[in-house]
Amino acid sequence: MELETLVHELDLKVACAEGQLKKEVKGGYVGDLLSDVMANSKEGDIWITRQVHQNIVAVASLKDLAGIILIQGSEPAHDTAAKANAEGIPILVTDLPAFEIVGQIYKLIKP
Amino acid sequence: MRESSKFEKSFDVEGGSFQKAGNVSGQIKSILKDLGVPTDIVRKVAIICYESEINIVSYAKKGTITLAVTDNAVNIETKDEGPGIPDIDLAMKEGYSTATAAVREMGFGAGMGLANMKKYSDHLIITSEVGVGTCVKMTVMNFPKLLHPDLTPFNI
Repeated sequence: MELETLVHELDLKVACAEGQLKKEVKGGYVGDLLSDVMANSKEGDIWITRQVHQNIVAVASLKDLAGIILIQGSEPAHDTAAKANAEGIPILVTDLPAFEIVGQIYKLIKP
Repeated sequence: MRESSKFEKSFDVEGGSFQKAGNVSGQIKSILKDLGVPTDIVRKVAIICYESEINIVSYAKKGTITLAVTDNAVNIETKDEGPGIPDIDLAMKEGYSTATAAVREMGFGAGMGLANMKKYSDHLIITSEVGVGTCVKMTVMNFPKLLHPDLTPFNI
């Protein structure tokens, strides 16, 4: 499923890299420990986290993730947004907590 | 005798600079892609490079990461001017960490760094001297390990 479809279906706010929403979402990973995400996420995953500092962009970029969803209305830090735009890593924001947004994503991409 | 590298480059990493953390790993990933290294090897190297970079940023004053690519392997060697590791066996245990609260708040320091570096490399050797620094040599083999059980990157 394209990232753009997730954005529309789940009413996500696009905070960064609006032009990169054609990326294919193949799966997902949830975590706030960057080493865990670095080790265990897979290419094309959408990453759900509440970390907002700029190192999330490096992890998403190195692991070729489809994008990042920040939970509970968390906004990316200023330098995070700048880096995400520069590197073309979409950052999306939901007002929902992780459990609820993950449940909805799972229903959409693993029917 | 060690096979001569077809590509070798060293990168400086600045201690404490979380803003730049990941930059060296990104450069190394791009180089490996350009060299035509298989994607699964690039992914493993990206993980061990990133963990190495975060370790230098988190603990050391400064360090270097050296990439050496041969036909058979990708070698990563890190050297830092840091506090050193008093008990390497303990440090290798997943979950053990001496990271500060500030580092942990960023989602690092969960005691997974060295464990990930070991898990995603085919060979890893750590030497460390307390008060001087730490050196980690890692190799990701560029061919199926099972076909060459007796080969190590340090004797090919």
